[in-house]
Formats: sequence, structure tokens, C-alpha cells
Amino acid sequence: MADWYTTFANSGFGTTITKQLGLPRPAVLRRYEPGQPLLPGPVVIGSAGQGRLRDTVTTVLRDAGVTVQSPVTADGATDGEKLGAVVLDATGLTGPGDLASAHDFLASAIKRLRPSGRVLILADPPSDADSPAQAAARQAVDGLVRSIAKELLNGSTANAVYVPEGAEASLASPLAFFLSGRSAYVDGQLLALSPADVPTGEDADKPLAGKVAVVTGAARGIGASIASVMARDGAHVVAVDIPAAGESLAAVANEIGGTALQLDITAPDAANRLIEHLRERHGGVDVVVHNAGITRDKLLVNMDAARWNSVMAVNLQAQLDITQALLDDGDVLNENARIVCVSSQSGIAGNRGQTNYAASKAGVIGMVRAWAPQFAERGATINAVAPGFIITEMTAKMPVGTREVGSRINSLSQGGLPVDVAETIAWLSQPGSAGVNGQTVRVCGQSMLGA
Amino acid sequence: MASNSKPATRKAAIVGGNRIPFARSNSTYAQASNQDMLTATLDGLVARFGLQGKEVGEVVAGAVLKHARDFNLTRESVLGSKLAPSTPAYDVQQACGTGLEAAILVANKIALGQIESGIAGGVDTTSDAPLAVSDDLRRVLISLNNAKSVQDRLKAIARIRPGMIAPEIPRNSEPRTGLAMGEHAQLTAHEWEIGREEQDELTVRSHSNMAAAYDQGFFDDLVTPFLGLSRDQNLRPDSSLEKLAKLKPVFDKALPEGAEATMTAGNSTPLTDGASAVLLASDEWAAEQGLPVLAHLVDAQTAAVDYVHGGEGLLMAPVYAVPRMLARNGLSLQDFDFYEIHEAFASTVLATMKAWEDPAYCKEKLGLDAPLGSIDRSKLNVHGSSLAAGHPFAATGGRIVASLAKTLHQAGPGKRGLISICAAGGQGVVAILES
Repeated sequence: MADWYTTFANSGFGTTITKQLGLPRPAVLRRYEPGQPLLPGPVVIGSAGQGRLRDTVTTVLRDAGVTVQSPVTADGATDGEKLGAVVLDATGLTGPGDLASAHDFLASAIKRLRPSGRVLILADPPSDADSPAQAAARQAVDGLVRSIAKELLNGSTANAVYVPEGAEASLASPLAFFLSGRSAYVDGQLLALSPADVPTGEDADKPLAGKVAVVTGAARGIGASIASVMARDGAHVVAVDIPAAGESLAAVANEIGGTALQLDITAPDAANRLIEHLRERHGGVDVVVHNAGITRDKLLVNMDAARWNSVMAVNLQAQLDITQALLDDGDVLNENARIVCVSSQSGIAGNRGQTNYAASKAGVIGMVRAWAPQFAERGATINAVAPGFIITEMTAKMPVGTREVGSRINSLSQGGLPVDVAETIAWLSQPGSAGVNGQTVRVCGQSMLGA
Repeated sequence: MASNSKPATRKAAIVGGNRIPFARSNSTYAQASNQDMLTATLDGLVARFGLQGKEVGEVVAGAVLKHARDFNLTRESVLGSKLAPSTPAYDVQQACGTGLEAAILVANKIALGQIESGIAGGVDTTSDAPLAVSDDLRRVLISLNNAKSVQDRLKAIARIRPGMIAPEIPRNSEPRTGLAMGEHAQLTAHEWEIGREEQDELTVRSHSNMAAAYDQGFFDDLVTPFLGLSRDQNLRPDSSLEKLAKLKPVFDKALPEGAEATMTAGNSTPLTDGASAVLLASDEWAAEQGLPVLAHLVDAQTAAVDYVHGGEGLLMAPVYAVPRMLARNGLSLQDFDFYEIHEAFASTVLATMKAWEDPAYCKEKLGLDAPLGSIDRSKLNVHGSSLAAGHPFAATGGRIVASLAKTLHQAGPGKRGLISICAAGGQGVVAILES
């Protein structure tokens, strides 16, 4: 479901008007639906230097039913079949000189990209470089991919994944995510992988089959969408929200075949009650999505303690307390558990009137980074997702000017949908995402805020 | 196996419950029908226990005030809910005992192995209550419907008189005495010398107990909000003796000359709208579904008294039912960890306990050698009862069964609870739960 402007801009009359006036031209994004092929067209894989990931990428994509082309044919037939995605293996970069071949390859391949196409650059982390020249070349990928993302049209996105030595097995899950419709609103991002034992044999249509997933704040908005996507991917969802939201919480649970748990996550015994519930009803938990959050906006100088404290309690302290209790419990957190915490663009860019909210959401980013090594030890991960401008009931109440500006100042010229956040969280929850740990993934269409 | 042996039985487990917050009459739920409320309550139960699309053995529920269109209320509610449409259902009605009687019926079928799971419930609205036309007008309308010719129709219409038009509004009164239930209760209170202050004290305790239970999250897995209401509307956490003392006595109509009326709008339950449901099952079914067993329904008993000519109070039947059930189970009144005595009126609870303590009454009326004795008040209605929550007639039993089962579960295994509910028509329904 696109917003009114996107619908208008894609209509016959709207196309003419927006082109003539030079208005933003938001595309209708390719979004994931069950059974959809990974990509709507072939992928071309190019290299900058002697990369080591080409074979891995080729195998993963062929297994997913994608036609893989080599850049030789791409060069020779620039007017050939339109491409679903362009992947550059830049793990062979030794210095800035090697970037010329990256330019060569990308310039010709991107011209052939379909709407909602994907550009994905794979590189080694600059911090592991052997020389300043190599570090420079690797770091250059950062500027390169962010700029490509800003140049792409028609709902296409560009992202980069840093794959350190030994983390090759971690690549399959992010590769599939970034090329698929699940990452529709993730643009201009750089994701760092770590080495991990990655389970295989996942059902591509039901990657969360048999998993028990807790989603807090599930009664409405983004939380309801997360619950729905997790259930679609095969998880049994324990939908949690405050007792007062119980009516819509029950409706969500019934809609997705999950269960409703009315619980104030800031209550002193909340973690214990949640853990007891999970143990009694499900024997444990595989995924916890800390989504519940509140805003109590006011300029800092006018903000009372109640506003400050309630936002901190819900958005940050409850995530800390519940996660700590799950770790301390010993057996309720199943093997290969996944924790996903909802942060916010405000936590990265700051926002006027949201000192409390931005502080809490930035805190979440620090929390997942600090906890990641401890989770890795048990084959688990903890990550954050930072939504940008997402169209919800809450944004529908904003003044129209603020809302329109807020939703257009990103590379896709539109606000994201709750499902875009939900898809990212569901991906991080997959067993195959073992190599993504301690990261904060922005779902913001490459917002200009905090970029 | 001996031919005269009883069929093997098992104790039905109480898995959990759900209710919507109770609303005062003609308020938040004024536009909600019994079917709306019962369906929402079933859906809340489905969401809590993951029963979407599942078939339970039977759904049994009822309403005291019922529209003619609701002849199949429970089945229609099931069809509107997320339960499997193949779930059978039937209606029961035993006045204020409906909810508990429904639970007993479900439990008995589970005990006999006829079903593995079931839902018992009840619903009532005094806002969306049925109105009937007068008997005279009804007769005219029926003959009008049967009339074959225009002439016959006109003749039938000509019989209508202005006085026939006034509808018959359902009254909360006993058909055989014409007295309101409160007036009956006031007579009993007078007879047992139940004072105003002790009634008000019991009322304050009900409100404060229930408010504390809400604050502690006790009702988080027992109640699902409905139409924006998330707590019982009648609940007054700040209720106090001083405030209650200011209320004027009502229900004094039938009292003898000079007798002091002690019952007020505060220490009596108000007319209320609401619904409740309880999930019962065999232990095996609960285990298969990964669902908890809070308690078992051990035994139950009904009794009735002759309040018309027999000189007994309208709401005294549970006083008779309890000793019969205790004797059958070899228990004394003191062998319980929790007591749930339905607070139709504060005076009813107090008269019930006073009767059990009275040696002469226990001997003459109940045929007992010794009085049942007193109960520890700190074990009575520990999470509040009808004075605080309100009392949508058929929904009260389900509220009490689920709350008591949870209370027993929290207290640990082997705890025992007694439920006592009085009902119109001089009836009473009582039961024992055990964790």
C-alpha cells in the first residue's frame, strides 16, 4: 500500500505533472510476498581486484533460482535483459587504483538495472587492512555505495556488506535479504558481518518455522506488523502489550494465530512473569523483539521528570532488564536465540523535542553493541533496527507539511511502511543471520537525517 | 470389574479464563448486545490460549436477560468467534448461578470422558435488555398476523387501545412475591440483624482488594479490555466508610414498621453489563496443548429454598448447598484456603456466614449436629468480588471460577477454595476448586 503522493506520482497524469515540475518521483517499491522469486531478473557479479567471494555468491544465488551473469557478457551486451541486481565483489581491493575497475563495472551494469533493482557491494572491513592504501580503498566503498544509493532511480537501492576473513559463511542470509523485496526500504547502509557457525537447511519460505517469538508492543502499528511477518515466516508469536491495549492485542494474536500476553514490561516483576509464561507455555523462547516504545515529546528545558523517566523506562530500561533476565535464567533462552531491539533514526540523528526519546533510542544502539560478544559465545545474536520515517497511525496525525517533508527527505522519496521494519527484524531473527551481531540496521530509505 | 461400579471419572482442570471489564448499566456497553460481549470474550480467551481455528468439546453459556432472537446465543457467539465453526454449543440459564452452573456442566462432561475440553461462560446486559409488548397487545398482534382478509385485519387493529402500547420492562424482581431482590435481601439482613457498618466495611474491602489486584497485575491474564474499558467501571479504589455512610438506604419497602433499612446503592451490586468465559479441560488435553492447569473442579452442589411460603430468605440457598457438599467430601468449612462468596449484597455474604455460625439454625434448618462455624475473613474474596466488579448476572460465575483458580494456583499445589453463589428463585450453586 503506497501513500497518496506515491500513488499520484505513478498515475498517468501524476507522472506528467511531477516530471514537469521536478517534484519527487517516488516509485512503488518491490516488496516481498511469500513465494516470490528472490529477484525479478538476472544478477551480474563483477569484481574489483582478485576477490574471494564470487564463488560463494554465485552458489547462493544459483541455489535461490537466480540467473547469474558474468560481467564479460554484461559488457558485451549492454542492451541485454534488464538486471534484477548488480553485485560487486570488492574483497580484492589492494589500493585506490583497483577502484577504477569497480567504476567500470558498476557504470555499465547499473544502466541495465530494472526498477526496484539492487546494487550490493561486498568488501573487507577497512580496520583489517594490511596497508593504509588498502584501508583507503576499502573505506572508499563507504562513500561509493552511499552516493550510488542517492543516484539510483525507480525504487532501486544500494548497500554494502563488510565481510571479514572467516565470515564467508555468514554472507548467505544478508545477501538474500539485500537482494530481495524484504529490504525494500533499506538503502545506503553498510553492514559488518562477523564469523559465526551458521545453521543450514532453512526453509526459504518459512525461515522461522518452529520458533517461538516474543514481540513487545504488538497491539498496533509497527509491532503488529512485526508480529504478522514473524507469523508468516513460521514463528509462533507471543504478542505482548500493556493490559490497556488488550483488545487490539487479542485481535492481532487471533489474526496471526499467535497468543496474547498482557504485560506492562516496566512492572518490577515483568521479566519474571514473561519468563515463567514462556517456560510454562512454550518451554523456552527463540526470538525476542523489543519493540515497545513510547514518546513524550517536549523541549528539554520544559520536560518534566515524568516524561523523561517513562520514556527511559519503556524504551531502554525494560529492554535491558528483560534481556538480562533472559540471560541470567540459564535455560529459557533457546540455542541460537535472536534478540532484536527497536531503536530509531532519532537515536542516530537526534530530534528537536525528543531528547528523552533520542537518548533512549541511542542507548539501545550502545546496548546491542556491548552485548554482542556475550551473545556470540552462545551462538546467539543481538541487533537493533532503526526505523526512519515510517507511515503509521502516529504519523497520520502529524501536520500535513511536516509529514510530507519528513517522508520525502530520503533517497526513495517516500516514507517506509511498518512491514519494511518488520521484514528487517524477521530477517535478523532467522537462524541463518548468525553472522550479523551487534549491528544497528537503519530502515530509512537512506534518510538525510543522521546520514 | 464389578457391575455396579461407578463409571471411571476424572477431575476437570481449569486452564484459565477471560472476561471483559464489567460496565455499569447504560454506560460504555450500552450499544453492545449479549452476543457482541460473549463473542468478544470468547475471542479474548482464544487469543490468550492460542485456540484460533480449534474445536473445543463444547461451549456452554447463557444470559439471564435474553432477547427472543438470542435463542441460540452461545452457538451464534461461537460462530462469530475465532473458534472452529465445528464447535458445538448450548445455552443454559439458572439466574445468577448460570455461569457457575455452566462450568459444572462442562466439568462433568470432561469428568465422564465425554469431552476433552470445553468453555463455560455467561453474559448479561441490562442496557440492551429485551422489552416485551403487553399481553393484550401481543394477542391482538398475533390475531392480526393470522387474519386472512382485510376485514379481519381491520377488526384486529380496531381492538388496539392506547393503554396496551406501554411496553413491559424487565424488572429485577421475583415473580412470585413482586419484591425486588434487594427488598428480599433487606428482609434477610433485618432478620439476621446485619448492621449497616459491617456491610459498608465488607464493601470497602471488596473495592480495595480488587483495586490492589488490578495494580499488582493479577487481572492481566483474566481480563481483556472491551470498547475502551480496561477496568471494571464500578470499581472505586478510593471507596471509604465515610463515603459509604453518606448513602441513603434503599430497599426499605418490605421492612416491618420501625425497622431500620441498612442497604444502600454502595453495599449492593449495581446493574451491570459484561461477560466471562472459562476454559476447562482434561489434564491430558491441557498438556497436549502446552497449557497450564490452574486448579481442578472437585465437586459442586445446588440447593433451593422456599422463600415464598417457607419462611426462608430468597438468597439463603447456598447456606444449604454447602454443608451437603462438605459432607460428601468429608470436609469442614474451615478446610479451605480461600472463600469466594458472591457479593450480591454485602448483607447476603454476612447473613450466609452468620447462618453457618448459628447453632440453632444449623440444627433446625440444616439438620446439622454442630454449626459449620466461622471462616477466616482474611481468606474471603481476597481479590474483590461483585460489590467492586459489578454483577452482570450470568457472567459472575465465570469471573469467580477463573479468579479463584488463579488464586489457588499462585498459592501453590494442594490449596482448596470454596465458591458460593446465590441466585434468583431461591436457588444456590456452590463448588470446590483445588490446586
